[in-house]
Amino acid sequence: MALDFLKDNFVVSKLDYLASWCRKYSLFPMPFATACCGIELMATGASKHDISRFGAEAFRFSPRQCDLMIVAGRVAMKMVPVMQRIWQQMPEPKWCISMGACASSGGVFDTYAVVQGIDRFIPVDIYVPGCPPRPEQLLQGIIDLQDKIANTGTIFALEFSKRNVHEGPKPLIQITAPEKSVQAPANFRSSTRTI
Amino acid sequence: MPLTLADAIPDTSTTDREFLWTLNFGPQHPATHTTLRLILTLDGEVIVHAIPDIGFLHSGFEKLGEHLDFNQYVTIVDRMNYVSPVSNEISWHHAVEKLLDIELTPRTKYIRTIFAELMRIHDHLLCCGAAALDLGAFTAFLYAFNLREKINDISEQASGQRFHPSFTRVGGLLRDVDDIWITKIRAFVKEFYKVHADINKLLLKNKIFVGRSKGVGILTKEEAINRSVTGPIARASGVTRDLRKDEPYLAYKDLDFKIICALEGDCYSRFLVRMQEMVESIKIITQAIENIPTGPINIDVNTKVVVPNQLSVYRSIEGLIQHFELHMTNRKWETPKEEIYAATESPNGELGFYIVSDGSGVAYRARTRPPSFIHFALFPHLIVGHQISDVPAVLGSINIIAAELDR
Amino acid sequence: MNFDEIKKNLTAQFSDLFLEFSSFRDNDRVIVPALSVLQILSFAKTILRFEMLIDLSAADYLHLQGSAHRYGIWYSLLNIENGKRLIVKTHLDDPDPRLPSVYDLWKGADWMEREVYDMFGVEFDGHPDLRRILLPDEFTAFPLRKDYPLRGMGERHNFQPLTRSEA
Repeated sequence: MALDFLKDNFVVSKLDYLASWCRKYSLFPMPFATACCGIELMATGASKHDISRFGAEAFRFSPRQCDLMIVAGRVAMKMVPVMQRIWQQMPEPKWCISMGACASSGGVFDTYAVVQGIDRFIPVDIYVPGCPPRPEQLLQGIIDLQDKIANTGTIFALEFSKRNVHEGPKPLIQITAPEKSVQAPANFRSSTRTI
Repeated sequence: MPLTLADAIPDTSTTDREFLWTLNFGPQHPATHTTLRLILTLDGEVIVHAIPDIGFLHSGFEKLGEHLDFNQYVTIVDRMNYVSPVSNEISWHHAVEKLLDIELTPRTKYIRTIFAELMRIHDHLLCCGAAALDLGAFTAFLYAFNLREKINDISEQASGQRFHPSFTRVGGLLRDVDDIWITKIRAFVKEFYKVHADINKLLLKNKIFVGRSKGVGILTKEEAINRSVTGPIARASGVTRDLRKDEPYLAYKDLDFKIICALEGDCYSRFLVRMQEMVESIKIITQAIENIPTGPINIDVNTKVVVPNQLSVYRSIEGLIQHFELHMTNRKWETPKEEIYAATESPNGELGFYIVSDGSGVAYRARTRPPSFIHFALFPHLIVGHQISDVPAVLGSINIIAAELDR
Repeated sequence: MNFDEIKKNLTAQFSDLFLEFSSFRDNDRVIVPALSVLQILSFAKTILRFEMLIDLSAADYLHLQGSAHRYGIWYSLLNIENGKRLIVKTHLDDPDPRLPSVYDLWKGADWMEREVYDMFGVEFDGHPDLRRILLPDEFTAFPLRKDYPLRGMGERHNFQPLTRSEA
């Protein structure tokens, strides 16, 4: 009887709400700033736009202390393993904002070295358009992420472990003929090796 | 000949060197500002060997330059040194206009000069502010960024984009500036001196900042010349060279300003040179803004190099034809089959473009001479013998912009 | 010292070589044979006082009509005292494009030569540390060559995607 009473999920949903409410106002961004957008990210953190109004002012440069990765700028293929490793080092629950056209889709850099959208290789929650986005746009992105956290978060953050298929866009179809294409070794050990 | 990075790292396993240890610094590290990596071999805290590893932002700018025409490539060049975007545009179109042998209108010259100097302030503010941030002076960073926002406002007023205006075009500008732009610059000039004095006070009286930058990373004049260093870094080492004076372009010939030099060549004097250069830039802006000539911004449409304005496209057959000619992929500009190197003084140093032209409106090869790339090669030379806490000081003082470094 | 004097000096010193002088706008160029490029550059540095190497880069002339050689490498020099510039240019061909390194003359050439090697595959003999600089060591192509496509040969797609649950 008592268990049936608890099953009425009154308490559980309240805790989820409480946890999400706490989380959404204490986002610790990890500024994965690679290019121009990084400067706008700095401007968002500086006095005029003041990101701390939204409870996300504590930039931490160590991925272990962060729960929001802001990928600001294009990601070159030498940087992809680095980005993936940093993403893996962040503790759950964690979210990712892809800031700017280059991070979201490659932008104007449709070249041999630039990854056409980071969502092909890591999961992304919010895309912020713009080249680079205005600080206001990034702030709106953070507000949207807060809504997303409030609507979908659970207290033990177990909803992430169910998403075990790749959700991003499919790999680009090869532009070159298959017999012409060169597959460089993928992990680029030389750029991530901790020697 | 070492073929991989691992071969270049000194072997620390032998008995007489086993006290050395290796530290990996970056690619994602706050003091690197953006993306670069250092492999430091340390004896305790003293750096005995440093290997920079770059290319984490290599995005094929020069390859793109071979596929986009002279006006399209501006958007890419913008993103090269992203703390002084318009300087790059001016430099790129300076090279293109030299190739096409174009003499700009006086009004465009003045507007471009003002923009170039605004961008110099923009760059130096970020460099000094971020260097201060790394060396433990947070407030100066906020002051500097607040002032930068004003410059972004000015860019937005002129072009509609606050950060990457893509404002220049072959033979002219995207559009003319208006009175509000001029009012905004006047307001900016007024505000600048106070903020500049504040930043100066905050940093020069900050014992930590001065102590961490004085005497660190000394570059002698001979080394500066031998290692191809230009710009504020060379001037801080006593090389009295500035393209604005030595090879005057735009309107610099008419304007009165000084070249700031120092003799010590350490991080502190590089910082001082930058701070003082901002004052000179403001002097240039003050003179130029009061003397902007009237007249058209684009050169004559009949020269067939400049994109005509909207009115003449819609109302005249010549304008329509010209617009069509420059925008069709198989028409575009007619260029001499030649090669040209042209450079301007960007905030970081000599920013040059070497264009190989095959006669079409798209460069056959668009080589950039990137100052950051050449300056970062200095880094191992500057840091060896110093302590690991000096790394942010030296990195901040040579103002590495990763997008220009890697292109 | 103007371009005529430089011309006179160079032709007097290297009378046995075929040096091709040309000017375009304000650029003064001398095209030299690849075998004697080090000799000429060290003469330019020590005697003609071109003490600064401003730029060193290359182009691939594969698709340029009327070009006799595949690669062109240029050294852009600057005389610090009088501000005179000179571009020394040389040509190379497949297979095995190879030049002597000028690292001993100008330390600034270090990374510029590495970049040319990285982008064009031109090797510099005597360079102390010639390896790829911008691209990863594992990269196999030379991307600024004209036969390499703008969008690459599939290198940029070749990573393992992470799903949301594995983190």
